[in-house]
Amino acid sequence: MPSTMGSTSRDDLSRAGAARAETASGTTDGTTTDGTNGSTNPGTTAAGTASTARPGDIPLRLLDEKGVRHPDPALDRWLTDVDAGTGDARAALLALYEEMVVARRIDAEATALQRQGELALWPPLQGQEAAQVGSAAALRTDDFVFSSYREHAVARKRGVAPVDLLRVWRGITASGWDPYAVNMATPQVIIGAQALHGVGYALGIQADVERGVVEPRQDGTDDDGTAAVVAYVGDGAMSQGDVNEAFVFAATWQVPLVLFCQNNQWAISEPVTLQSGVPLVRRADGFGVPGVRVDGNDVLAVLAVTREALHRARTGGGPTFVEAVTYRMGPHTTADDPTRYRDASELDAWAERDPVARLAAYLRAGGLLTDDDEARVRAAADAVAAELRAGVVALEDPPPLSVFDHVYAGPHATVAAERAEHAAYLAGFADTDTDITTGGDAGQGADR
Amino acid sequence: MTTQTLTLAKALGAGLRRAMTDDPTVMVLGEDIGRLGGVYRVTDGLQAEFGPRRVVDTPLAESGILGTAVGLAYRGYRPVVEIQFDGFVYVAFDQIVSQLAKMHARTNGKVKLPVTIRIPVAGGIGAAEHHSESPEAYFVHTAGLRVVSVSNPQDASTVLRQAIACDDPVVFFEPKRLYHVKGEVDADLPLDDAPPMGTARVVRPGDDVTLVTFGSHVATALDAATAASDEGVSVEVIDLRSLSPIDHDTIAASVRRTGRLVVLHEGPRQAGVGAEIATSVTERCFDFLEAPPARVTGYDIPYPPAKLEGNQVPDLDRVLVAVDRVLGRVPASGAGVEVGA
Ligand SMILES: Cc1ncc(C[n+]2csc(CCOP(=O)(O)OP(=O)(O)O)c2C)c(N)n1
Ligand SMILES: [Mg+2]
Repeated sequence: MPSTMGSTSRDDLSRAGAARAETASGTTDGTTTDGTNGSTNPGTTAAGTASTARPGDIPLRLLDEKGVRHPDPALDRWLTDVDAGTGDARAALLALYEEMVVARRIDAEATALQRQGELALWPPLQGQEAAQVGSAAALRTDDFVFSSYREHAVARKRGVAPVDLLRVWRGITASGWDPYAVNMATPQVIIGAQALHGVGYALGIQADVERGVVEPRQDGTDDDGTAAVVAYVGDGAMSQGDVNEAFVFAATWQVPLVLFCQNNQWAISEPVTLQSGVPLVRRADGFGVPGVRVDGNDVLAVLAVTREALHRARTGGGPTFVEAVTYRMGPHTTADDPTRYRDASELDAWAERDPVARLAAYLRAGGLLTDDDEARVRAAADAVAAELRAGVVALEDPPPLSVFDHVYAGPHATVAAERAEHAAYLAGFADTDTDITTGGDAGQGADR
Repeated sequence: MTTQTLTLAKALGAGLRRAMTDDPTVMVLGEDIGRLGGVYRVTDGLQAEFGPRRVVDTPLAESGILGTAVGLAYRGYRPVVEIQFDGFVYVAFDQIVSQLAKMHARTNGKVKLPVTIRIPVAGGIGAAEHHSESPEAYFVHTAGLRVVSVSNPQDASTVLRQAIACDDPVVFFEPKRLYHVKGEVDADLPLDDAPPMGTARVVRPGDDVTLVTFGSHVATALDAATAASDEGVSVEVIDLRSLSPIDHDTIAASVRRTGRLVVLHEGPRQAGVGAEIATSVTERCFDFLEAPPARVTGYDIPYPPAKLEGNQVPDLDRVLVAVDRVLGRVPASGAGVEVGA
């Protein structure tokens, strides 16, 4: 298995943690040294020095790299709808598969659109489809999501239209969607800030229940209980103060929150070993938050652990930390050149664990994915991509004076004056074709 | 003296290399600065040359970076920290404002804090949110910090070395729009031969209007001066170089001759650097002024999405409108500059 450490020398201050990790648990990337398993969880194997590795270091896994399904009663309990062997279960599994294939297709199309100058930038999600689709599939509509910038598949699962995913990256708006329309916040660029927003929103849910404003759901299903929040963070974000404070606050108030970390091994050029000398999941324990490490390229395991964590949140059990071990197969963004800092061999090794191929192998082996199904899924993905491209290319730039909109919720004299000033300035070019129409908030700089 | 043609980014790298060679206590810290060489490649090759103990990739936490730099300085080091983009410096605000800036005074002068904070700054590059901010006023407003902004590769190299050699904390702004701009650079210029760090420079002499600016907008101002000269108006352009302290003497000397002031910057107008300069000029040169000072600035709005940023970043035309106005050529209302009293 490839090291994430590359060839930088060991006396590098910034890699002190990495050396420690090698003696502590073999790897901090959650990968295993072979495909077998000696633990209670059949998908994986303990890595490194047995005396220091802890059971929780082993990512929970149901589908191994070949797509073979291993039973695990503790997790299977959450997967009855996709495991039943009924037509419904097959449809549910195929839906997960289609969602992952479409996410990858959207991602590829967006990357192409950026290369063609239609987008300013794009942060690809390739490799993280299972972590995103599996976790998002566990959500209720009335749950709320706070994410960073890479969770395109989560946003799509929440109901964000493909074109809306790209608006921000085209540079035409600060938010591609209305957070309340899909119960997912505008993606966050400041690393880690959203974790605390998740805590606060979850505190609000708690307060709503206490005030009797909302009733916990009681349908007799595993989804029963209050609404909950999932806050997505990256492995790099785990170093930020905000994320660590989120752990503290969430634990103190026992809010209904799942802090979901996609450990994709990299924060731009920095390997996860630079952020932590031990598996990230171990941090949770010190904050008094239950933590679980899951194979993030196994959509079934991700779905199961997220459902369990949400169940805990909904039923008063407080926050859970999930570390989904996955891999950023592409560049950090379209502006990044990963060949400067990581070996191609690493990507090759992770390609063996490709989440989409893994699910396909499982489905094929069980006769659940026929050639016709595959053709249909591909066609659906192509259709979404075509719709995306047409929609994005057709997007128009907003009117210039819209930059003064929504600065404040109410009127503000300074912004109103500057808006008038800029309008007068642009009017000076009136004989050119500048369009300064606004939709108008009467020049106040407030909401409209 | 040997010069070479370097981009501003390369000139910064040359300045860092020189400073690290001259002083073994200089350390460079930041996110992605080691093997990657920084997102703008300013530190390219430094880790290979000076080793990973002096060129340190930090965990992803800006407050952590600045707090660590304070501790390193306490121990006698000269940390140069890179904040990856302007919008991420706020995460480190407490460590900068409450710790770094005040530590020398707090220790009654016993502890020196020679920390340099390099920040890629401002917009006009079609970037995502938080990647185009002009936060200089916050730092100018903070006692204990020196603040500089460079406009050309030579200054990038020498002012950076001066900042690192300075015993006070220095916030060092690098306009992103200029990273790829080339110029002649003497990377080994003796610092004593360079103008002191706190001084402004007249980059184009003129008689009718004083145009004060800094960073990437020195280029905008020079373009405006050229355009104005076509109409017979002689504009003097001053590159502030230092925003704290501000070289009020150089500005006042110019305005006493021209009688007219235009200040140009990209950051928002309210309580911005332009307000400080206009006020100081009014105080010092009131009897010499032929017209109220004019400010050409970014508006007091969140930095707009990339496709709309042209409305926020001052351009040649907005500067010319202001020049016209201090010359009494357009009505005092409207037209892209602040309406004077
Ligand atoms: C406060 C802050 N500092 C730095 C950055 C620059 N930056 C953008 S993404 C990134 C790496 C994030 O890594 P990780 O949390 O692992 O998320 P990933 O990109 O892998 O999804 C950095 C350093 C930022 N956006 N915000
Ligand atoms: Mg990451």
